[in-house]
Amino acid sequence: MIVVDQVSKYYGAHRAVTDLSFEIAAGECVGFLGLNGAGKSTTLRLLACLSLPTSGTIRVRGLDVVENPHEIRKLIGYLPDTPPLYGEMTVDEFLAHAGALRGLSGADLGKRKQRVIEQCNLRDVAGTTISTLSHGYRQRVGIAQAIIHGPALVILDEPIQGLDPVQIVEMRKLIGELRGEHTILLSTHILTEIERTCDRILMMHRGRIAAVGTEQELEARLRASEKLELSVRGDASALQAALAGVAGASELTIQAPQADNAEGVVRATLRVDSADIAEAVSRAVVAANLGLLALHPVRSGLENVFLELSGAAGTSLAPPPSAQG
Amino acid sequence: MRNVAIIVRRELAGYFRTPSGYLIAAATLLVQGLMFNTRALGGGQKLSAQVLQDFLRDSSGTTTVAAVLLAMRLFAEERQAGTIVLLYTSPVREAQIVIGKFLSAFAVLAIITLLSLYLPALIFVHGKVSIGHIAGGYAGLLCVGAATLSLGVLGSALARTQLVAGVIAAVLIFVLFLTWQLSRVVEPPLGTVLSHLSLYEKHFFPFMRGLIQLSDLVYYAAVVYLALLAATRVVQHQRWQ
Repeated sequence: MIVVDQVSKYYGAHRAVTDLSFEIAAGECVGFLGLNGAGKSTTLRLLACLSLPTSGTIRVRGLDVVENPHEIRKLIGYLPDTPPLYGEMTVDEFLAHAGALRGLSGADLGKRKQRVIEQCNLRDVAGTTISTLSHGYRQRVGIAQAIIHGPALVILDEPIQGLDPVQIVEMRKLIGELRGEHTILLSTHILTEIERTCDRILMMHRGRIAAVGTEQELEARLRASEKLELSVRGDASALQAALAGVAGASELTIQAPQADNAEGVVRATLRVDSADIAEAVSRAVVAANLGLLALHPVRSGLENVFLELSGAAGTSLAPPPSAQG
Repeated sequence: MRNVAIIVRRELAGYFRTPSGYLIAAATLLVQGLMFNTRALGGGQKLSAQVLQDFLRDSSGTTTVAAVLLAMRLFAEERQAGTIVLLYTSPVREAQIVIGKFLSAFAVLAIITLLSLYLPALIFVHGKVSIGHIAGGYAGLLCVGAATLSLGVLGSALARTQLVAGVIAAVLIFVLFLTWQLSRVVEPPLGTVLSHLSLYEKHFFPFMRGLIQLSDLVYYAAVVYLALLAATRVVQHQRWQ
């Protein structure tokens, strides 16, 4: 469906995305995950024929976006981060306008309009002026305009941004219903959201692809980057020796002692396969006759995960690194 | 053509579902009425034809201002609101977008212009002018309106905000207005060329006298064509930004 090959995009001297290469099959639901400024929206705009790649090629159903933008626009429904809605129109009028712009007319337009009104649960507000709608409804209308012509590819840029928890659940359900019917690309910076919605996740960091994989593959990768933080009274080398035999612990980083540390306290970070081995770590420390003052998992925040993965830009997921003693 | 009609319909809704269209119409008609009473009818006894000419001359100014006000929102407002994305991601050609927006604004401008017809009709109360003179004058107003509107469309396509769009349009129109004054002080053949570029004196004044000349029609058509062509190029470029 989509083949992106070595695509880069510069805005002046600013590099928005670099050397993007990926493929997306028809019917897939792919989530673009990344921090703000990671290049998600730029990538989606490139695919929506709203931005020219500085280099590389993008093909949608074999058509080059630069050479055949008009044909590709017929295949695409796009919801930008701010839904493009005319406030003075009613939902019904707006959808009729959006459908007509995408080539629908007559009975066909009427049928498609009714269909998306039902799909997006807009029946109660079909006659309401858009400017009076809540953010959640506006987002739904935004999705409805993107799918009214039954496009093969639906691109949703931050569809859950600004929604309350109830609206997020509804939006998740709606996107779930669209799966299978369309190829869906969506972007978000909320990890849990993308896990629940997408078949495959494409992580972006600083304009590059940091990782691509299914939820399970990325979870394995995330587990590989879990850490435990320890505070131990005793000797750093003794701690290192004690933890060497713990299965699942890989890399110990001793933090530089603070200037006022006169109590012999060693603070360290231990990379582990899973935080579940905390018990084994505590046993090992105590068995080495070291005073265990604190031991707690450091959950990898999204930012840390990206920073972690950014070093593997452009590579497919490798199995998690094996535990070292 | 179908896409143009879709865009025209949407833009007309934009003018008449918000206060903007009514405000521009009301302000234009109010100023036209005041100018008719104070300037065209004022200043002592005049021939009816002279009253009509003075009214048409003043109306060319109000029509120009109305055209700029109508045009400046066309692209700039959509860009500010983010709704331009809907057009840019739809399978619609840039020329269709530009022509659709131009035609919608021109339709509103034509309605406003024709609503002022009651003013020259008042001349018949105490005087007499030919219907042909009025028709010729109004054809001229529509030509000036179309030309200035197209320059407004270009300004709106170029600008990020409506204010800047208005300023760009005003500058372009002012340049074409000043060419007549420039032609008076520049030696031929450049002076002659400049005089033929004049938006008002050279090409509108014959309409004021009730004369419809092919050369004037061609001039206004050329301004409209070139301005819309330039606007289309700008939109083509911006669509990929």
